[in-house]
Formats: sequence, structure tokens, C-alpha cells
Amino acid sequence: MIEFTTWDIIRNLLLATRWTVLLSLVSFVGGGTAGLLLLFLRISKRKALRGFARYYIELFQGTPLLMQLFIAFFGLGLFGIDVPAWLAAGLALILWTASFLAEIWRGCVEAVAKGQWEASASLGMGRFQQMRYIILPQALKVAIPPTVGFSVQVVKGTALTSIIGFVELSKAGTVVTNATFQPFTIYGLVALIYFALCWPLSKSSQILERKLNVAHRNH
Amino acid sequence: MSLIEITEVRKSFGSTEVLKGINLDVEPGEVIAIIGKSGSGKSTLLRCINGLETINNGSISVAGAQFIDDELHLKALRLKVGMIFQQFNLFPHLTVGGNVILSQTVVKKTPRPEAETMARKMLERVGLGHKFDAYPDELSGGQQQRVAIARALAMQPIALLCDEITSALDPELVSEVLAVVRELATEGMTLLMVTHEMKFARDVCSRVVFMHQGRVHEIGPPEGVFANPKTPELRQFLGVH
Ligand SMILES: Nc1ncnc2c1ncn2[C@@H]1O[C@H](COP(=O)(O)OP(=O)(O)OP(=O)(O)O)[C@@H](O)[C@H]1O
Ligand SMILES: [Mg+2]
Repeated sequence: MIEFTTWDIIRNLLLATRWTVLLSLVSFVGGGTAGLLLLFLRISKRKALRGFARYYIELFQGTPLLMQLFIAFFGLGLFGIDVPAWLAAGLALILWTASFLAEIWRGCVEAVAKGQWEASASLGMGRFQQMRYIILPQALKVAIPPTVGFSVQVVKGTALTSIIGFVELSKAGTVVTNATFQPFTIYGLVALIYFALCWPLSKSSQILERKLNVAHRNH
Repeated sequence: MSLIEITEVRKSFGSTEVLKGINLDVEPGEVIAIIGKSGSGKSTLLRCINGLETINNGSISVAGAQFIDDELHLKALRLKVGMIFQQFNLFPHLTVGGNVILSQTVVKKTPRPEAETMARKMLERVGLGHKFDAYPDELSGGQQQRVAIARALAMQPIALLCDEITSALDPELVSEVLAVVRELATEGMTLLMVTHEMKFARDVCSRVVFMHQGRVHEIGPPEGVFANPKTPELRQFLGVH
């Protein structure tokens, strides 16, 4: 049997961490973009678009991420579409993230005073111009802390992709454990790495929230 | 042809009818005060003229622009009538100058330098040229409301709708805003204002509209309406017996 030094273990875990980070970034950026689109649909004047966005959000928030991963991975396979694990993982996480961010942001948009919509409308702005110049800039300030806070959920969510065989941090932990029979040490290290990724995020979310509360001036 | 033609306008919220067939024609340069009890539909009427509410029946036209509920027609309508709100509704994330410039560049596509010149001119007009770079929350209520007036004027509307624009102000700030409105009136701007300032209405307005339960209950020049109210409802509202 091959002997693993502690350094070997750590090196393997850190190499896999790259994939966790990459997957988190892709999910967050992709989910953010899709979430913005979904937000526009969710607050659209058209009933059908609003309805679509609402059902989408309810569906993705109301089912476990794990099931969504399974469906993306195995479900599409049934139709003869061969989905690699990385693609299924990325896709499912993007769609899942989008549903949460859209709903978080909708709350922020609704927190903007109604008079802002009316004043900008009375000046002749169209709906998109209102969003672009008046509503989103104000909603953004409120949105930053919960959005950063949610990114922690995304990072932790990537751990589930190990189940469909995507080799990120958790999966690497399992692989290394199987080779070394030191589950406690290794999962301890894995947890430590997750903590190192997530803690700065949740901390900065808290700091941002406090800062924005103190500076309740709006600019 | 009148500047603003309101014909048989009806508006319901759910099953309650708030406007029950309003007829009102406004000539260019007229200053109209709309008075009436809370809930009589004054704000709703103004909001309908500006297209903030859709009407269920009747028609509204402003200088030939018909009220039709799609974005293009609404925009045409809103370019002609500006609106000032009780709560000022300045954009808090923009400076005073930015507030007055934005809709010009975004809606009218005016080049930025021109829009800025216009903004400075309009801010001078309301006596706030020196506040160009301040943010709204650095201003008093009266100053904010004057910026809101400048913002509406910068779009060069042919009429202004004012909904209780002094009601949210401390008493000592009311007169500075009314002074601006008075000046607009003498310059010939067409104004429709919902107001509780009876003295102002008497001094400045060409006609007074008394609304009661969603109808124009009494209308006429201020001397007549205030000195000689015909209906018991108006007498009660004015507190004369
Ligand atoms: N968006 C709305 N949804 C439902 N009802 C409304 C809405 N806006 C106004 N109403 C109702 O319509 C009626 C007229 O309201 P409006 O605001 O026009 O009155 P007003 O004359 O301006 O009163 P005030 O002097 O209090 O401002 C009120 O009974 C009000 O409750
Ligand atoms: Mg009102």
C-alpha cells in the first residue's frame, strides 16, 4: 500500500478545492445572470411572465438541490443526452442559485419606495429605464449583504455534486479517505477548508450589513 | 380645443367606483384648484391625467394626445404633463443636478451638456442653483419640493399636476414652495393642483373644482365658489353656514 504523507493529503485536497472554487464562481455568476433575468420576469407587467417566474422559483426552492442534480445528471441521460458530471453540476447549481437570488432581489426591489416608480414614470421613463436608472441602483445597496450571504450557501451546495461524481473538495475527501483510512483527520481538514472559504464571506456580509445600516444615507 | 379635455371619466378600484363620470376642460394658462374631502377622488383624478392609473371609461386628452394604455402613448402624454407629488419623490441616489438631468438625457435623449444647462436654469428658477451638487437628503423639505418642480419643468411640460405639494412640509416652508407655484402661474403655466391652501387657491386660481364622492360637485371662479357656495356639501366643507 502506498503511504500518504500529511502533505500529500493536503495537496490533494487543495487541488480539489480549485474545483469547488471554480464551480462556486460559475454557479454564482451564472446564477446571478439568470437570476437577474428571472427578476425582470418576476416583476414584469405581463401576467404570464410573472407566473412563469413564480413557478420556476417555487419549483427550484421547493425541491432538494440533490434531486435537481440527479435529474440533470441521470434524467437527461434517459433521452440519450450524455451529460458529463461537471456540466450537470454547473447547470443544476446555476438554476438553483438563480431561483434564490431572484427572490432575494425581488424583496430588495420591492423595498424601494413606490413613489420612486411613480416619479420616474411621470417623467416619461419606460419600465426598463426605471429599473436601470432608478430602482436597481437603490435596490443594489440593500441587496449586497443578503447576496454575499447567500454565496455561502452556494459554496456549501457544491459539496452535493460529489454524489454525481464531480471531483471537488468533498469527493476528494472521500477518495483520500478510502486510500488512507483516516476519515476523522481528512474530513476534519475538508471541513476546515470549507470554513476558510465560507467564513470570510459570511463575515463580510455581516460587516456590509452593519456598514449600510450605519450609513443610512442613500448615496 | 381645450388643452386638457376630461370627458366622462370613470375609474374603479375593484368594485368601488372612485371617479363617477368626471367632465373637465382646462384652457391653456388656467390655474385650477381641486378641493374636496379626503377620499373624494382628487388624487385619483390627477393620477389618471398622468396615466399613473388606467381609466375604466371615458377619455382624457392632453393637447391632442389621447390617453391610451401602452408605453408609447403614455410617454407622449407624460412628456406633456409633469407631476409633483406630496412626498417630493426625489431620486435619493442622485444629486440635485442629477435628478433634474436624468430624465432629459434618458427620455428625451438630450445631449448631456444641454441637459445640464437646462437643469441649472430650472434650478435657478426655483432659487436653488447653488444646490446643484447636493444630495436630496441634505435639503429641507421645501427645497426638495422645489427641486421636484425644477425636475418636472426641465422636461418642458405644457401643464403641471400638483398633488398636495405642500402638505408634507413644515408650516414655515410652505410659502417658499407656493411662491414658486405662484410665479409659474403668472408666467402662464397651466396648473391643476389639489390643495388645502384655500387662501392660495383664492388668490391664484382661475377656477376651483370642488369634488365630492367621485364627482365634480361644484365648479367656478374662486370668488363664486368661496363666497357663494351653492351646495350644502361645499358649504359644509368650507365651514360656512
Ligand atoms: N390603489 C388603490 N386601490 C384601492 N383603492 C384606492 C386606491 N387609490 C385610492 N383608492 C381609494 O379611492 C378613493 C379616492 O382616493 P383618492 O386618493 O383619490 O382621494 P383624495 O381625494 O386624494 O383624498 P386625500 O385628500 O386623502 O388625498 C379612496 O376611497 C381610496 O381609498
Ligand atoms: Mg390625495
